[in-house]
Amino acid sequence: MANELLNDGAQLLTTEYRTIDSVAGPLLFVSGVEGASYNEMVAVTLADGTKRTGQILEISQGAAVVQVFEGTSGIDVDRTSVRFLGEVARIGVSEEMLGRVLDGAGRPIDGRPPVREEVRLDINGSPINPFSREKPADFIETGISAIDLLNTLVRGQKLPVFSGSGLPANELTAQIVRQSRVTTGEQFAVVFGAMGITHREASYFMSQFESTGALERVVFFLNLADDPTVERLLTPRCALTVAEYLAYEKDMQVLVVLSDMTNYCEALREVSTAREEVPGRRGYPGYMYTDLSSLYERAGRIKGRVGSVTQIPILTMPDDDITHPIPDLTGYITEGQIVLSRHLHRRGVFPPIDVLPCLSRLMNLGIGEGKTREDHRAVANQLYAAYAQGRDLRRLVAIVGEEALSDIDRRYLRFADEFENRIVGQGDEGRTIEESLTIAWEMLAGLPPGELKRVRDFMSYLPEPEAGIEPEGADGDHGGPAPVVERGGGIVLEGDIDAIAVG
Amino acid sequence: MEGTISRITGPVVVAAGMMGARMYDVVKVGSLGLMGEVIRLEGDMATVQVYEDTSGLAPGEPVLSTGAPLTVELGPGLLSSIYDGVQRPLPVIAETGDFITRGTSVSALDRDRLWSFSPVAAEGAEIHGGDVIGTVPEGQTVVHQIMVPPGVTGVVKTVVLPGDYRIDDCLATLEDGTELTMVQRWPVRIGRPYARKLDPGEPFLTGMRILDTFFPIARGGNAIIPGGFGTGKTVTQQSLAKWADVDIIVYVGCGERGNEMTEVLEEFPSLEDPRTGAPLMDRTVLVANTSNMPVAAREASIYVGVTLAEYYRDMGYNVAMMADSTSRWGEALREVSGRLEEMPGEEGYPAYLATRLASFYERSGRVEALGNGTGDTRVGSVTMVGAVSPPGGDMSEPMTQNSLRVSGAFWALDTSLAHRRHFPAISWLSSYTLYLAQVAPWYEEHVSKEWSSLREQAMKLLQKETELQEIVQLVGPDALPESEKLVLEATRMLREDFLQQFAFDEVDSHCAPAKQFWMLKAILSYYDAAAESLLRGAELQLLLDSPVREEITAMKTRQCSTEDADEIRELALRVPEEVKKAEVA
Repeated sequence: MANELLNDGAQLLTTEYRTIDSVAGPLLFVSGVEGASYNEMVAVTLADGTKRTGQILEISQGAAVVQVFEGTSGIDVDRTSVRFLGEVARIGVSEEMLGRVLDGAGRPIDGRPPVREEVRLDINGSPINPFSREKPADFIETGISAIDLLNTLVRGQKLPVFSGSGLPANELTAQIVRQSRVTTGEQFAVVFGAMGITHREASYFMSQFESTGALERVVFFLNLADDPTVERLLTPRCALTVAEYLAYEKDMQVLVVLSDMTNYCEALREVSTAREEVPGRRGYPGYMYTDLSSLYERAGRIKGRVGSVTQIPILTMPDDDITHPIPDLTGYITEGQIVLSRHLHRRGVFPPIDVLPCLSRLMNLGIGEGKTREDHRAVANQLYAAYAQGRDLRRLVAIVGEEALSDIDRRYLRFADEFENRIVGQGDEGRTIEESLTIAWEMLAGLPPGELKRVRDFMSYLPEPEAGIEPEGADGDHGGPAPVVERGGGIVLEGDIDAIAVG
Repeated sequence: MEGTISRITGPVVVAAGMMGARMYDVVKVGSLGLMGEVIRLEGDMATVQVYEDTSGLAPGEPVLSTGAPLTVELGPGLLSSIYDGVQRPLPVIAETGDFITRGTSVSALDRDRLWSFSPVAAEGAEIHGGDVIGTVPEGQTVVHQIMVPPGVTGVVKTVVLPGDYRIDDCLATLEDGTELTMVQRWPVRIGRPYARKLDPGEPFLTGMRILDTFFPIARGGNAIIPGGFGTGKTVTQQSLAKWADVDIIVYVGCGERGNEMTEVLEEFPSLEDPRTGAPLMDRTVLVANTSNMPVAAREASIYVGVTLAEYYRDMGYNVAMMADSTSRWGEALREVSGRLEEMPGEEGYPAYLATRLASFYERSGRVEALGNGTGDTRVGSVTMVGAVSPPGGDMSEPMTQNSLRVSGAFWALDTSLAHRRHFPAISWLSSYTLYLAQVAPWYEEHVSKEWSSLREQAMKLLQKETELQEIVQLVGPDALPESEKLVLEATRMLREDFLQQFAFDEVDSHCAPAKQFWMLKAILSYYDAAAESLLRGAELQLLLDSPVREEITAMKTRQCSTEDADEIRELALRVPEEVKKAEVA
């Protein structure tokens, strides 16, 4: 059986051990070991000849703790043999991996021949020297207005999607994988690492990618829900190793989509518990922050190299709780977040992105003249402010009723509805950033021009009012904005969204 | 001595045959020579935390003790350097590749660079630790005092002539043959000695209105900034680093984002020091240990940073040390503690977390330095500002609570303010400072006698606002009497025209104390005058429509021609009559 993570050449040099003392969870405790090293890969052969893969988690003079990726069911202590392979986990990579479907450890499962490897790389990678990093810049178009327009993804950024169970994160993921592109003509690739997803989800992704032809530019790592849990710990590392190779050696702009990080963290907890480690919050290991950052921090750009690695990790917030350790630690490492809303989903808005808690810290590095369009920042600020005001008014309406509102307030209310339906709820279609901006301006045209303080410098983009739609006419129809409007809108001041570009 | 590895688990390695090794000695682990530190001894077994990735290490490989604890090299060339967590210069490491490889051994200071040395010590003079033997200009603005290392005493036999020397060149010899150079080494986990600790007196001016006016700290004090993600810890820390009124900045990026560190690395060299016009980098040392760099080095990085800060303090400089974020340091402690299988305390943190935090924060302070200087006694300070990243924004967690016990000020970042895009998102209700009594005299002398009472009035109004908001949420704003509506208007002005500050605006990013005072005065004068007018029966709307309010809104971005903010002062003094004018309009 071809095994991506094992170097078969090493087989001849190593001894076999039949000295397993005990088995616990995914762990084997082997004694009498000599010459093995920390993090080394291990081949396990069961009594019936089945082969499994493992890794040394702890080694001392004469004894090793081995974590078996495919699980320990069927392993016995007297007939199972263990061979240490003399090297850390590596994966063979090449450009030919584009268009292929691989399992969680990098073995092809699409029935096509093995991938020809150009070079074998350590799946753990090495940290980029902060001094060699280049600031993220330039725009990646996901085709989704709520992201492109309001929380722009920038090359080299890591921007997670926080979802909840039952929310259409997979549909959004598939849409992002299908539609994403760079607007400057460089080569673009997607590396998709699926961890612990169900067969149903897997076949959904496959059919989506195959039917749209997106698979050609995708490397698809697939660890299914019934695949060994521990293998999930390898999947994102394999995916990122391939991504780094394509980005830094082959000059591609690579987008890595990791889904679902919650399954990854569960696997981490499972292994930690089996090792009887001191648990941290909610039983997750104390080093989960370090572990997650060793994945997320592999996004970036390097001075003097063309390619970039951008990440969209997708995770499910258990019980929609954003303070749960998984979204919490992720939020501390990543540069912003996209949050899905159950409320919008119930109302049939797709994608159900609630833009208010969303944030892209690096947005300003990727937008503006020459990157997207000169009015992008101003339009985003205006949309944010107007939508926030509409949302505030909804709360007021719940108390005092819509009749009590001024005409301008009612327009803001309408704006908020329309914003959710048109800008956010774009459905399945992809939009270029130009199209997103056009829709935004059409919607802004529904507000009195006097209210559009943040886009004052770009009013030439404002479309001509269509006849019959604008009965209330220009501003001033009620003697200036009502005090309520002034107060509510005053909280968001011009330019202050820029102030959170870095957090 | 040389031992052998007997057990490896993550960053923790146990070595046998280490009899004679001392706690916290630095060791070289394995054939790659990975750097590590002894953290436990049991018979001849030494437990070592390794600062680099331990993949590929095998039992039986050698472990070599250097016989010395983790030290930093102190000497000219520290400023404008960028180090990793164990003082290895990142630009030098970058010459070997874009990724950080293991076992790299590079010198912290440039050994070939020539520095222009002017001797101060005289032949035949008796010198002690801390005495200045000469000076070296470092960068455009800082004069680096070459000091006798603490503990060294003797009579000067020879001193070199003024001229250019390398850091390792002998500058002076003592009667007993001791040679003094520009470099000294100091173990990072031990505070550098000083003559005596002084009470803090001068404020640590930051240019941020909410901090300087509402929650000031003193030079030599310390503060913590806790906040959930996205609340602006890093922007606040970076603003402080750019604008704080100190001579030297030590910025420790501890376990944070690589891209953020890159931003600091790219931005600082291009920033201008607002006081001297020289590049800000000339007086800055950066220690960068991003979250994916080895965890044990992250634990060390905080100590490396504070030791560098203390060294410049000993020269008589005011130093600010920013640590972003101390939570990552605490987590590193927890991780290593877990690997040692120690009994965990709260939330898995080791029971000694509080002790470690206390001894760390106590290294801040204003001190009289050891030894004789070029003139008077040298007084320097280390002010510390530590960011804390509480999980889930929950301030009851151990890192925040233990930090609170030892820090003198609490600048609480508030998620709801951040969501409302109110920046800096520092809560005026839950923050506090314990330095008020110490710094108030300075403000009263240098800014205005009225400073304390004005501050108090503003705080009371903001407190009142919170109470009124609760009523408004129940019954709506119309139910309030005019005078209380005015309070809401005045506090809105306080929030928007005073507390909100744009970190990226050219003028507003930094606000001098006098300008802060007059801005506050203008707003409160408006409130007082308007309240009086209301008593006289004036109509609230007329008062609110007064054109002077636009001037008040424009204050923050208004460039002042003098340090005393004359334009704002003029406005503040004119406010009462403007309000009166509006009354009859």
